[in-house]
Amino acid sequence: MNQNMQTNDEFKKSVLEKVRKKAARDVNWPVTVLLILGLSTILFPLYMTIIIAFKQPTEMTNSISGILSLPKSWSFSNFAEAMQVTDFWNSLLNSLLITVVTVVLSIVLHSMLGYVVGRSKAKKKGYKLVYFYIVSGMFVPFAILMMPLVKQTAILQLDNMFGVILLYTVFYMPMNVLLYSGYLTNIPIALEEAAFVDGATTWTTYWKVIFPIMKPMHATVAILTALGTWNDVMTPLVIMSGSKNTLPLAQLSFQTQFGANYNLAFASYLLALLPIILFYLICQKQILSGVVNGAVK
Amino acid sequence: MVSKKKMGRDATYLAITIPIVALFFLFNTLPLIQGVIYSFTNFKGYGDFDWVGLRNYMDLFTDGRVGKSYWFTFRLALVSTVVTNVISLLLAMGLNSKIKFKNTLRGMYFIPNVLGSLVVGYIFSYIFTYIFPAFTKLLGGEGTSILSSTSWAWVAIMIVCAWQAIAMNTIIYISGLQTVPQEVYEAGSIDGVSGWGKFKYLTFPLILPFFSINMVLCMKNFLMVFDQVMAMTKGGPAQSTESISYLIYNNGMSGGQFGFQSANAVLFFVVIVVISVMQMSFTNKREEQL
Repeated sequence: MNQNMQTNDEFKKSVLEKVRKKAARDVNWPVTVLLILGLSTILFPLYMTIIIAFKQPTEMTNSISGILSLPKSWSFSNFAEAMQVTDFWNSLLNSLLITVVTVVLSIVLHSMLGYVVGRSKAKKKGYKLVYFYIVSGMFVPFAILMMPLVKQTAILQLDNMFGVILLYTVFYMPMNVLLYSGYLTNIPIALEEAAFVDGATTWTTYWKVIFPIMKPMHATVAILTALGTWNDVMTPLVIMSGSKNTLPLAQLSFQTQFGANYNLAFASYLLALLPIILFYLICQKQILSGVVNGAVK
Repeated sequence: MVSKKKMGRDATYLAITIPIVALFFLFNTLPLIQGVIYSFTNFKGYGDFDWVGLRNYMDLFTDGRVGKSYWFTFRLALVSTVVTNVISLLLAMGLNSKIKFKNTLRGMYFIPNVLGSLVVGYIFSYIFTYIFPAFTKLLGGEGTSILSSTSWAWVAIMIVCAWQAIAMNTIIYISGLQTVPQEVYEAGSIDGVSGWGKFKYLTFPLILPFFSINMVLCMKNFLMVFDQVMAMTKGGPAQSTESISYLIYNNGMSGGQFGFQSANAVLFFVVIVVISVMQMSFTNKREEQL
């Protein structure tokens, strides 16, 4: 009986070994090839954008080959014109300003509130209430805030970039406070207690001890907030109502000016996509882990 | 000494909390309250207005355009959610298997997610208007754009929504699949589980939390669809692709329906809360059962 079980175990072990070896050795080529082919669904729109952006209107015929063939010459004239038409540098600057200031404000304000709430909500009812109050803001769609906010920002003279930044800081607060206070549960409270014993105030303890420790979460918050604000159309559209353009908003505002000149339009689209594509290529690893961290936590 | 320090901490906590919560109240709760108040008026967005009680809410249920926008938005959200999750799950399993160029492929498949959806909408709008019809013409079709069809334009928007969302969901599923220990499959293969059974009994139950994250993310984002509609159809043809957000924006901001669309927005808010709560309690229950 015992002997029998032993051989059974050995058999299992040998099978296991075989399975493991096989798994480690084989590259799954069919799946690799399928995935590479599938990539065309992502690369085709991008290829088409680049090709059309470089072509002249005369090269565009109504056949597919006319649209998708390589341009006769790689001239940057469309880009120069698109930059002029859409006031590219100004839009880029506005987008950068809004995104950078929003990210900085979010990291500073949301981490502070996340810390206070995260450390107090278990002990104090008031802070627990504050936590649920802020986090439940996640359910509020922009559609319901939009119309009153247009009135409100106009009265407060915030119908400008500063207003948009303030609004983003408020809109991303629920998610970011949730992320920060969640991350805080992994940080032992003993660290702060030690600093307190050494005579540090709550304020200096926060900036000297807690803020640096939360660095991984700062990265996640920065990436999620930056991607969201950089690509957002609705908030600047209704709040700034055409007085200032962000990069995506410029595409909307100048759509009529592109008219039927798709080459000009696509040059402009490509210019609008380029900054974020470059940013992604440089920080791919951080972006991927940031996005996953944000979603899973 | 200790109590003095404690007082200092409490004061600091309050000094941090009060201004930030005040800011949140000012730009989130206050406009929300105003929205609810406006929903009981016939405010046009300018000039005088009267209280109309619940009339806006009753009109919502008989207004054809509002009904159409809910039908469009929900059909879009449901179909996109299913399409997105099926494709992302397959893609994630592929990208998590023993393949060459793993990191490069994963990186490339994520690209759609970082691109702005308005510009993506414009690019796809061109594809649907010129490239697809040219192809169908080659295959003997009529060569008309689905964007100009009242019964098919929503599919174009669905495809664009899914194209971007798949990138995000795939990454989340991959991180889910990585939490499944290899031993589970080894044990499974000894017991003779393979193929569909392997997925149904081993993989899926173990990545269920990631499935629920994706469902919630998808539904919420798709229900709020705006940029794609703005870029591709502006609600047309014949208002067949007007999403709820687009209708509120369009008629509320410039169509003189500030009060009525506020009521629509309140209803939309309630719908989103109900769906989110239902989804969460449902997935929580499923997870507990496992």
